[in-house]
Amino acid sequence: MEMERILDLEGRPLRPPRLSLEESRVLLKAMLLIRTFDSRALSLQRQGRIGTYAPFTGLEGIQAAAVRSLTAADWLVPTYRDTGAAILFGLPLLEALAYWKGFPDSYRAPADRQILPPSVPIATQIPHAAGIGWGLKHQKKEGIVLTFFGDGATSEGDFHEGLNFAGVFKTPVVFLCQNNGWAISVPFHRQTAAESIAIRAQGYGIHGRLIDGNDPLMVAEAVQEAAERARSGEGPTLIEARTYRQGPHTTSDDPRRYRQEDPLETTLGDPVERLRLYLQKEGAWSAEEEEETLQEAREKVAQAVAELEALPRPSPESIFEHVYGAEPPFFQQQRDRFLATLKEAQE
Amino acid sequence: MSPGTEKTLLAAVTEALDVALAEDPRVLLLGEDIGLNGGVFRATDGLFEKYGGERVVDTPLAESAIVGAAIGLALSGLRPVAEIQFMGFLYPALDQILSHVSRFRYRSRGRFTVPLVVRMPYGGGVQAPELHAESAEAHLVHTPGLKVAVPSTPADAKGLLLSAIDDPDPVLFLEPMRLYRSVKGEVPAGVHKVPLGKARIVREGNDGVIFCWGAMVPPSLQAARRAKEDGFDVAVVDLRTLSPLDRETIGKFARQTGRVLVVHEAPLTGGLGAEIVAICQEEAFWHLEAPPQRVAVPDTPYPAFAVEEDYLPQGATIYRALQKTLKEP
Repeated sequence: MEMERILDLEGRPLRPPRLSLEESRVLLKAMLLIRTFDSRALSLQRQGRIGTYAPFTGLEGIQAAAVRSLTAADWLVPTYRDTGAAILFGLPLLEALAYWKGFPDSYRAPADRQILPPSVPIATQIPHAAGIGWGLKHQKKEGIVLTFFGDGATSEGDFHEGLNFAGVFKTPVVFLCQNNGWAISVPFHRQTAAESIAIRAQGYGIHGRLIDGNDPLMVAEAVQEAAERARSGEGPTLIEARTYRQGPHTTSDDPRRYRQEDPLETTLGDPVERLRLYLQKEGAWSAEEEEETLQEAREKVAQAVAELEALPRPSPESIFEHVYGAEPPFFQQQRDRFLATLKEAQE
Repeated sequence: MSPGTEKTLLAAVTEALDVALAEDPRVLLLGEDIGLNGGVFRATDGLFEKYGGERVVDTPLAESAIVGAAIGLALSGLRPVAEIQFMGFLYPALDQILSHVSRFRYRSRGRFTVPLVVRMPYGGGVQAPELHAESAEAHLVHTPGLKVAVPSTPADAKGLLLSAIDDPDPVLFLEPMRLYRSVKGEVPAGVHKVPLGKARIVREGNDGVIFCWGAMVPPSLQAARRAKEDGFDVAVVDLRTLSPLDRETIGKFARQTGRVLVVHEAPLTGGLGAEIVAICQEEAFWHLEAPPQRVAVPDTPYPAFAVEEDYLPQGATIYRALQKTLKEP
């Protein structure tokens, strides 16, 4: 299976892209917004102002290009690595930051956006995505599902079980693997002896594509086509987007222990850089526009950080909220006793 | 309540599923061999023919995805009822249950909920192959966000299952294999619900109390009847919901009798008996006349079936423990 690409490393189109210049400009702006967020979040963590953070540096092209195919009827099933996708699908910046600050009330999307809480155990969200798609199809409801996962997730049983279910029930789901070459310290060749993840689609009887994940125009097209297939009842698609992890796994990780130079860096380049070069060559992007976009992004993020830091510390009551829909009587007693004891102890 | 008919516990399960499918278009059954085959125990017998393969769905053989996909089905607005073929096959799905089923509501701050039911044959005593006779309720009860029910009568099987399907929270529904066809009873027709979290008083008594559930109810009752011949009135309480436990009834009977015996077919250490005894201490310490006792299986894996009758609590072993509890000065 050949890796598909539209833009080369210098941003030259190898064939006419499906996205218009205006759509590509909107895409670059979206990528710059989440790159600004990501780099600010990393600084906040280093300053001790939020907790452990999982950066998506280098994945902006995939995340921004993927969610542009989603509508209000659709579902986003992210992992902890996909804060950028969630933000661009409508998660407020403040909600994203509050999540990484360890606030229980966080990652709450607006009512017209179906964004699940980010999945933490690896690959476990894949059967959820298959099940949501199955449920939508069963109820003849509008909407498709987009889920993200990494290369490490493809070694888990839930990857296999979820894709197999999706194939059998022909569910409207886009499975998007961000293959960044690393699962913390373990390189891709240790996850599988197969030449790609995309070829495994054949084993599930579903459509598969191997694309250049650092080519935002390619990702946009591939996801759009997969979404169209899902909407028209043609079933799920497994897309493997090849990219590389520019930063650490999380802020708790020190990649110098296991990674020196990543050859992918030179073969895939940077998604922001590649799209920018393309637009510049087309005369559709200027240094002024770039600065204006970044300035606006920095202001939005700064505003969210200010709101974050103005939030009161979550109350201990929040520990007990939303555990049950129908609370058992002893649970209520336990809460009352716990809070009373805590209050006494803190006086 | 409409007059019912005499049914086995298994037939009562089937009837509950039938009623749920008929009453609520959101209900969908999924599992292994539950379609044309009607389930390996025939719990879904006839439902595939009646409701079709879109609502009584044979899935690939994959327990984690059965539960994981049921989560997705529930998120999309359905009321899935998943069958796990035996409790021993639940283990591949424990990640989904402990990490996700139990906390979708919590993590999404009430926005995304998973009102699903996972049913499974539970417990031993039917000469089944290895890993087909597990009693792993303590793992589930120890997980906040889940509810756990275990019927011991046909009427309760129907009533608890319909309540479970209706409950806003996920419910693990454990069906005692040994009682599937060995007990019969009147089952009210139509929609019949038994509230979760309320124990059933099987037998009143003031001299002692046995707390039990599932397949341990019949031998406990047998032991209590034998104690009656010795002149003791021993109450038998079928807890029937293990999470949440009916603390009120446990406390009441511990106070009323002062002598407590807990019986379960799960291993002793870390078993639910410890929790129930602790509740008795919290609710009734000054009323206790004797140290609360536990009858459980030993801390070994479930043995090969040629010795399972020795391994499981029986009427006679429960009676011996009861005698000790009753005669303690």
